[in-house]
Amino acid sequence: MPESGAARLERVFRDAGRPLFVPYVMGGYPDMEASRRHAQILAAHADIIELGIPFSDPLADGPTIQAAGQAALDGGTRPVDVLDIAGDLRDGPPVVVMTYFNTVIAQGARDFLAAAAAKGVAGIIIPDLPVDEAAEVREAARAVGVALIALAAPTTDDARMAEIGTSAEGFVYLVAVTGVTGGEMTMDDRLRALVDRARRHIPVPVVVGFGVRTPDQAAEIGGLADGVVIASEIIRRIGNAPDPGAADDAVDAFGAGVAAALRPYSG
Amino acid sequence: MSVNMRFGPYGGRYVPETVIGALDELTEAYERYRDDPDFLSELGVLLGHYVGRPTPLYRARRLEDAWGIGSGLWFKREDLCHTGAHKINNALGQVLLARRMGKERIIAETGAGQHGVATATASALMGLGCRVYMGRTDMQRQRLNVIRMRMLGAEVHPVDSGSGTLKDATSEAIRDWVTNVDTTHYIIGSAVGPAPYPEIVADFQSVIGIESRAQMLEETGRLPGSVVACVGGGSNAIGIFRGFLDDADVALVGVEAGGEGPSGRHGASLALGRPGVLHGSYSYLLQDPDGQVAEAHSVSAGLDYPGVGPEHSHLRDIGRVTYVNATDEAALSAFLECSRLEGLIPALETAHALAHVRDGAAALRDGGPVLVCLSGRGDKDVDQAGAALGIDASA
Repeated sequence: MPESGAARLERVFRDAGRPLFVPYVMGGYPDMEASRRHAQILAAHADIIELGIPFSDPLADGPTIQAAGQAALDGGTRPVDVLDIAGDLRDGPPVVVMTYFNTVIAQGARDFLAAAAAKGVAGIIIPDLPVDEAAEVREAARAVGVALIALAAPTTDDARMAEIGTSAEGFVYLVAVTGVTGGEMTMDDRLRALVDRARRHIPVPVVVGFGVRTPDQAAEIGGLADGVVIASEIIRRIGNAPDPGAADDAVDAFGAGVAAALRPYSG
Repeated sequence: MSVNMRFGPYGGRYVPETVIGALDELTEAYERYRDDPDFLSELGVLLGHYVGRPTPLYRARRLEDAWGIGSGLWFKREDLCHTGAHKINNALGQVLLARRMGKERIIAETGAGQHGVATATASALMGLGCRVYMGRTDMQRQRLNVIRMRMLGAEVHPVDSGSGTLKDATSEAIRDWVTNVDTTHYIIGSAVGPAPYPEIVADFQSVIGIESRAQMLEETGRLPGSVVACVGGGSNAIGIFRGFLDDADVALVGVEAGGEGPSGRHGASLALGRPGVLHGSYSYLLQDPDGQVAEAHSVSAGLDYPGVGPEHSHLRDIGRVTYVNATDEAALSAFLECSRLEGLIPALETAHALAHVRDGAAALRDGGPVLVCLSGRGDKDVDQAGAALGIDASA
């Protein structure tokens, strides 16, 4: 039996011996081919790739990811096409798909998860599926070897952190700010206490995201957590590039910069 | 008493983790205050002396004649509520809850603007800051309500994403709540959203059904044969239906937005959608095969919504309520007939319920008296309906 997604993810954390870099790629943004290239480029720098399937009403996302998702949908992006990108990365870092619950259940959660598993997807993040609603999907995901990655937030109290920890697999995505994606985090005592609290209650690795913009911020997070997600900032750099070649270069340079910022933690 | 989180398989709390704590807090507050004598007395005084409840039951004899409803046609006059629609029943209840929870800021979404006006009104009364999210398209077609909200001291925040209508305004209000959840209470205006909202909104609106059941018995000595209400998210409908759910002989009919008709765009989630998750609850939804939420369409901003409250989905599945729809065109003509024959300019939303009563009169009258929830008045619609009907102010 092949190694489960959860086991693959947990092995990546163990083997790296340093905080992991988890960049985000929105499938279909700015177009399907470009997002496929960006995923390949980032695979050279990343430990895990977070691959977004666009959804029409992304409640946890700020303006940058909303607009990217809408552009992807306007370009005709479908979930099945985005999963193909995961298939291309089979020999690279594990892929964790990020999408909203309605995308998962539209054709049946079991079928969706089986299709993801068939493309080698290791995990799935569903930001509008909190732990109390997740049991059924978690089981269906586990059955096909996909880890359901739970989220925790600054407003999650200790008891709930522990509840999330009990069923967590792969890693837990800790939201750094009370808010949506694309803001700006600040490293302060509050965030330090939050990460500390999450690590105390959650037995799997804790990865921090939302509002991380620079390699320096990634390094600061790296000093506390097991990994860092960067999403909106990468989308912003792609959006600001004058042409596709420049976008590829921007993604490459940014990915290299964040990876370098996390390297000093090695060993 | 514990609060309903599900209606059959529908409902739930499909929202970002960040707001789960606030939903728990709201649930606890509601469980604590829903039967609290001080809370109920404060709300009761406001409903009586500020809103003008109980609203009257009125017999629409001229429409009875015109539409051939010999069994009697009765209107529950929610249009006479302060601010012009039933929305104030819920806004006041929730603002009182927000104050007890120590929240200093109120946010709301609005489509037609009636919920926005009601929330702005209740916030002004309680001295709470208020921001209302409203789609850009709706701000244009319900311009008068935008001005009212601003006069009441609320900040109206335009939403440009998607089609600039109620769905997009709701998404943006939820994002605000995710960001400001510690200080802010989100007053959802319809019986939609994550639990406990659908139950809270239905409960605050159930005063419509409770009053009208007693009034029908008093006026006619019997229960109505049928109760008809328009359904967008479905708050006025669930409010009046709740008074009659246990009366098996009373037919309940919800009227959705048929929009451009069967081959065009519409807002008939229950008739033509399938279950999915939008804005925190599992319910019938207009969506494409990949689960992308479709843009609804209706001449009335309040029915221009691709989802519907989860209790309606359950009532549809168990067959307790029949859901039909009325087109833009049918609603506009009913709007005009009601204005000219009864001297009552109804909201365009409400006009959908009237259109169904007219077009389904033969079936309805056989059951006995027909009770319609006249959910709101149409002052807000005069620009848009006037343009559609070719009525203007030129000399």
